[in-house]
Amino acid sequence: MTVIELRELKKSYGNVKALDGLNLEVPSGVLYGLLGPNGAGKTTALRVISTLIAPDSGIVRVAGLDALKQARAVRSRLGYVAQEVAIDKILTGRELLRLQAALYHLPTSDLAKRIEWVIESLDMKLWIDRRCGTYSGGMRRRLDLASGLLHQPQLLVLDEPTVGLDIESRSAIWKLLRDLIGQGTTVLLSSHYLEEVEALADRMAILDEGRVIAEGTPSQLKKELGGDRITLRIREFSNEAESEEVRQLIQKVEGVRQVVVNKSQGFSLNLVVDGDEVISLLRAQLSAAQLPVFAITQSKPSLDDVYLQATGRTLMDAELAVAGKRDIKLESKKSMR
Amino acid sequence: MKNSTFASENHIENQFLSELIQETMALTYRLFLQLIRRPSTLIAGILQPLIWLILFGALFSKAPVGLLPGGIGYGNFLGAGVIVFTAFSGALNAGLPVMFDREFGFLNRLLVAPLRSRSSIVFASVIYITSISLLQSFAIMAMAYFLGYGWPGLAGLLLVVATLLLLVFAVTALSLGLAFVLPGHIELIAVIFVANLPLLFASTALAPISFMPGWMGWLAAINPLTFAIEPIRAAYGGSFNLGNVLLHAPYGDVTGYQCLIILMGLTIGLFLLISPLLNRKLA
Repeated sequence: MTVIELRELKKSYGNVKALDGLNLEVPSGVLYGLLGPNGAGKTTALRVISTLIAPDSGIVRVAGLDALKQARAVRSRLGYVAQEVAIDKILTGRELLRLQAALYHLPTSDLAKRIEWVIESLDMKLWIDRRCGTYSGGMRRRLDLASGLLHQPQLLVLDEPTVGLDIESRSAIWKLLRDLIGQGTTVLLSSHYLEEVEALADRMAILDEGRVIAEGTPSQLKKELGGDRITLRIREFSNEAESEEVRQLIQKVEGVRQVVVNKSQGFSLNLVVDGDEVISLLRAQLSAAQLPVFAITQSKPSLDDVYLQATGRTLMDAELAVAGKRDIKLESKKSMR
Repeated sequence: MKNSTFASENHIENQFLSELIQETMALTYRLFLQLIRRPSTLIAGILQPLIWLILFGALFSKAPVGLLPGGIGYGNFLGAGVIVFTAFSGALNAGLPVMFDREFGFLNRLLVAPLRSRSSIVFASVIYITSISLLQSFAIMAMAYFLGYGWPGLAGLLLVVATLLLLVFAVTALSLGLAFVLPGHIELIAVIFVANLPLLFASTALAPISFMPGWMGWLAAINPLTFAIEPIRAAYGGSFNLGNVLLHAPYGDVTGYQCLIILMGLTIGLFLLISPLLNRKLA
């Protein structure tokens, strides 16, 4: 069964296209990861799914309902944890949970039990009766997650749930998410941490410029990419000319698919190769040319390689490209009603 | 068959109402918790008008007797003005909590919840601001009494409350509208700051129209505050009759009833004006 279905979603802010024909299908009972750099449209997509904003065009179905027409019904089935932690500093955590319960019209009969359950699940007992203003980032995020869970939603939507968190909070959240999946909840989370998506997600989509550019299970995506990765360093710090020379040389070796000079890593060479025997061929070629080998490492493709393959740039480069380019006014316009 | 349909419709309607009340009460409770734990705005909101009353009342205490219409002392004259001004400036701030909720993302938390009606966000603000305004007004009235500036009778008190309610509803609507239109709290505070004192000076709060130059008399005579001040001043005058002329405006005489009708028209008009806006912002 499909819990989320997005068809040809488009959403623009002025001439900035946040979503540009986004298609997505999230099956029931999985943890689904949305991976992409800042500005890829992850947050906008999650806001559309959570009925916070309407797309300019396209179809949004959540839990079998038309989210644009039956928004209220969707809201009662969905828990949304935003990226910017919205907490009333004056209230205690428990008061905030009670407020949340009233807004979701939870029956008073098992309310106390439910509140205890989320406090227990996220290990908040020690500080839940303190005012939220005293909480650390991790505590706030846990409380936020707890209030998203209080009504036991069928679908939990999390926008960058562990960004900037301490390890303890991060592992508490990861553990809870795994438990929720075990109980049949569907979780959709966005992240720009590769290892988070890799560790948690059953399925994932890579977003770039408001579109899905790759979709599948993490291992599927990596397998489709194929080939092993080799990082070769002639010396600890090489230079461009020398690396280029070596690149030309080893490009001819049998089984080498692709060689890229990585300027950001001391002009090391990144290779995509077929099979394990390529390493010995490489070593033979290099020693024949009387070139030293400082280091040579081999690895399986990572999600970063998937991203690199799909977009032609590394996730890090994409992050750096948008860093500092965000328009504060536009950001507040997007998040404020 | 028909009966059971009726019964279920009734049930749905009951549920609608009870859930609307549930969410409105929860949101109101939050605002009051904030007030109790951060009471400085309330304390300042009561102190400021008291200081007004004491200092302003003293300023003209030696003015010649008989200077004011009806021969009343300046303190008696001022009381109504301070009450109305306090309620007005309190209501003008109604939009601030909503604006902060917008800015901090708390409003989004409310908007992703399956609220029965998003009007409950507005209802909660109106209930909260109205309660505070009335509380402040009663504090001022008590102070005015101790300063010897009089006390309205029971009928007068009802008139005071009714007039204040109309004014507070109107101004709250205006402020909430602004809170959804303006980009941030800095802009909202700027508007409040600019609107506040000129509206006070260009009203009959501090002096009657007969003291003012012609152009200012016109301003005071179309200022909504004036239509709230005059009935309350009449309530303080003892036995009042709303059919009597309370305001000698440049465009003609205005009776107490007409003052209240104008206020009511303003309230309804402002709510009609902001409701499409709220519908759009809270759709």
